[in-house]
Amino acid sequence: MSRRRVRVGLFSALAIVIALLWVFPVYWMVNSAFLPTAILQSFIPTFFPVRGTLSNFTGALADGTFLSALGMSVGITLTAVFFCIIFAFLAAVAISRFRFRGRKSFVIAVLIVQMLPAEGLFIAQYKMVSSVGLLNSVIGVSIIYIAAVVPFTIWMLKGFVAGIPADLEEAAMVDGLSRFQAFMRITFPLLAPGLVASGVYAFLQAWNEFTVALVLLPAESAHTLPLWLRGFVQASATRETDWGQVMAASTLVAVPVIIFFLIVQGRLTSGLVAGAVKG
Amino acid sequence: MSAESTVAVSTTARAPKSRSPKTRPTRSRTPQLLLIPAILILVLGMGYPLVWQIITSMQEYGLPQQFGQPAPFVWFDNFVTLATDPQLWAVVARSLAFCVITAFLTLGIGTALALLMTAVTKTARLILQVSLLLAWSMPVVAAMTVWIWLFDRRRGVVNYLLDMIPGVEMNRFDWLSTPLTFFIVASIIVIWMSVPFVAFSVYAGLTQVSEEVMEAAQLDGATGIQRLRFIILPLIRPVIAIVLLLQLIWDLRVFTQITMLQDAGSKSGDFDVLGTYIFKLGTSAQDFGMASAVSIFVLALTIAISWFYIRSLLKEDEA
Repeated sequence: MSRRRVRVGLFSALAIVIALLWVFPVYWMVNSAFLPTAILQSFIPTFFPVRGTLSNFTGALADGTFLSALGMSVGITLTAVFFCIIFAFLAAVAISRFRFRGRKSFVIAVLIVQMLPAEGLFIAQYKMVSSVGLLNSVIGVSIIYIAAVVPFTIWMLKGFVAGIPADLEEAAMVDGLSRFQAFMRITFPLLAPGLVASGVYAFLQAWNEFTVALVLLPAESAHTLPLWLRGFVQASATRETDWGQVMAASTLVAVPVIIFFLIVQGRLTSGLVAGAVKG
Repeated sequence: MSAESTVAVSTTARAPKSRSPKTRPTRSRTPQLLLIPAILILVLGMGYPLVWQIITSMQEYGLPQQFGQPAPFVWFDNFVTLATDPQLWAVVARSLAFCVITAFLTLGIGTALALLMTAVTKTARLILQVSLLLAWSMPVVAAMTVWIWLFDRRRGVVNYLLDMIPGVEMNRFDWLSTPLTFFIVASIIVIWMSVPFVAFSVYAGLTQVSEEVMEAAQLDGATGIQRLRFIILPLIRPVIAIVLLLQLIWDLRVFTQITMLQDAGSKSGDFDVLGTYIFKLGTSAQDFGMASAVSIFVLALTIAISWFYIRSLLKEDEA
């Protein structure tokens, strides 16, 4: 028994070392964000923000470009999430509550579209959006984002809708509600967690998206946060980078994402168990 | 979309298993009406570009056509040009090598970490899981800026630490200057981002392996390695297969990571993968015909690799 305990101890120590190694880049981002430029310019790294300062954050924000990028990101993300959830919800109800002709073709189409990489379509999407004069606009990018995110959102919501027994609705219908009323009063409230989860998924997708934004938002004034952040790295090729500011900017972009991610994480991991073990 | 981390979560985040739906075939038009918005947006955002791309891949579509000249049909000329272009083959080979090596390393490390999670104390497991979650949740672009800073030639931590090893001269070593070290860095970053997804998926699979089976095997005298080889691995094979498949698909389409490493390093063609190659064809060379042809190739390759995955999801839909 004691040999076993030694082994568990050793493995645990190893696990903690790996954990520290894995989290180090995230830590390093936050650490560098708080270090003053003078310290960052030393050739010997400083591993703790002992003489921390907020000047990097004020520096990164001072430039009006952050607010403009934030505005674009918020506008595009909200538009995409809003329409994505509505469209996906309607479609999910259709394919999980009804059996009808064309259902299977639709499901196959959705699954295939879900796998299509932006990297294989962006030239065509650029051509389409530019031909109607929607480059650098919220609408152009949002259309592509909704189309890209809707397939998986349908798939996700389909599982949630199907998880709510139709018996509940039927019972309500026996009590005199119409099918629509029964759905809205019984099933819809139960779906709230599913809608939140899909909303967060769509949010993360749109908020983090880089490739399509790069192609469809060429003007600097139309940059979203990921493009804005990339601008710092691009500038580093030609002049001395203010890494403190870059890391402060990265922290600003990453923090809302990390918080959202951790909120839904529990649900997502339990989803993992449900989905991943089936062959 | 490019945000691998979140795609990862969601792809497995299947909600509670659907019980066989209590639905009857319906003659009403309701379901079709409900599908209309989704179909419209898919046709607009994906379908139309896809069709345009297939047509354009068979046209000569360069700068003159951008300015309104008619695009002559050349049928498969673009594909023939590509097939005989050694530069494209170099890009394809590089992309495939990067994709396969990175995906298998990710799978190996992720599985090892998942096994480690089953062998440690509760606290250690929690610490490891939190750390992996933090890495997983980082937006790709933010993660890239940190990694580029870590690998910075002069003030990066990586060179600083490596240089401290006696006999190793890494001070001012420029990782992004040669293709080999460039792609090693790219691979490290992609592995760092993708391992959490693999580790959590495989760990979820491992927790499904029943205690009784493991105890029975232990009573029968199976060693740890034997239990792993003959019981655990076969039981979690379906998870591993799907996870590997998704990794292959995602690693084939790395774009953000390579683009940003090129920003910090060199934009030369020797550092291109398929995504950046198409991007340059379309934006710098303005050759939409050729760019479309390469895109079609990428799409076909992706669909071919993902077909198995799509089929398994379909089976689940029918279940």
